[in-house]
Amino acid sequence: MKRFLNLWLVGGVIALAVLPLWVVDRPAAGPDGAEVEIFTGADGQAMEFIAKIAPSYTPWAKPLFTPPSQEVESLLFALQAALGAGFIGYYLGVSSGRSKARREQGGEAAC
Amino acid sequence: MHIMEGFLPIEHAVGWTAVSAPFLVWGLRAVGRRMREKPEQRMLIGVAAAFTFVLSALKIPSVTGSCSHPTGTGLGAVLFGPAAMVPLGTVVLLFQALLLAHGGLTTLGANVFSMAIAGPFAAAGIYRAARACRIPWRLAVFCAAALADLTTYLVTSLQLALAFPDPSGGMLASFMKFAGIFAFTQVPLAISEGLLTVLVINAIAGFNPREFAELNRVTAQEVRT
Repeated sequence: MKRFLNLWLVGGVIALAVLPLWVVDRPAAGPDGAEVEIFTGADGQAMEFIAKIAPSYTPWAKPLFTPPSQEVESLLFALQAALGAGFIGYYLGVSSGRSKARREQGGEAAC
Repeated sequence: MHIMEGFLPIEHAVGWTAVSAPFLVWGLRAVGRRMREKPEQRMLIGVAAAFTFVLSALKIPSVTGSCSHPTGTGLGAVLFGPAAMVPLGTVVLLFQALLLAHGGLTTLGANVFSMAIAGPFAAAGIYRAARACRIPWRLAVFCAAALADLTTYLVTSLQLALAFPDPSGGMLASFMKFAGIFAFTQVPLAISEGLLTVLVINAIAGFNPREFAELNRVTAQEVRT
């Protein structure tokens, strides 16, 4: 178990993300025949619920900038993830090289 | 957990901003001091920020049939203490508010409180308590990260319930409803966040056992096991 710990961790994350796609059934289409959307954002659902319990509430501020389309929005989200993942990858690469160098040096000293 | 722009009444928006601001000042000073005293940890602080960047961009489907995202604040809170995560989480929230219309400037204070204050403080407290009970460090990290993630979403639910009590059932009914939307969806994601945090911290600890031991009050021997 311990030897393959990282594999188990990655496997767990993938399983948790994929399982819902498989388990959740799309509810039957409404009377208007429109397909029910599933896997919408929880943030959006909460805002819809606000509109239901406080119908008189109107948001008093608008975002300064809204991505002009879904595509642009997903571009920016991908950018956000790529920046983060890139930096983590760089750090791990550097520290892996450093740890290897340290080990080789240590090995020579022991000879 | 993002409360969208304009979706908190003005008194609440101002109130949460006032609550979060001192934490931000404290956090900025904590990060500044650490960078001055331990310049070799700069990169690792960057990693903590980067981890939050990645995780809060990942919208993952959940068993409730909706999507949500992890927060990634547990890693930094376990490594550097909760205060350091306040400015790092704020940067992420600001990025999303300005460029993605996700969250907003008027709700920034409330979102900072749930994601960059409540989550990290929960993570650090849980980690410390788990270690005090001699729970193995990886399991302690998992619990800290997963429960911090859930804490963030429960705090968001509470914030929304305070602002929008149910007309008939009041605050409690409203909280249950918001928690139903956020917290149940979040359970599998919180587990994912815990697993990913252990994955990254494993790599950090494996390559830098000595520095890691110094950061975490985990002995170098434990890191190798």
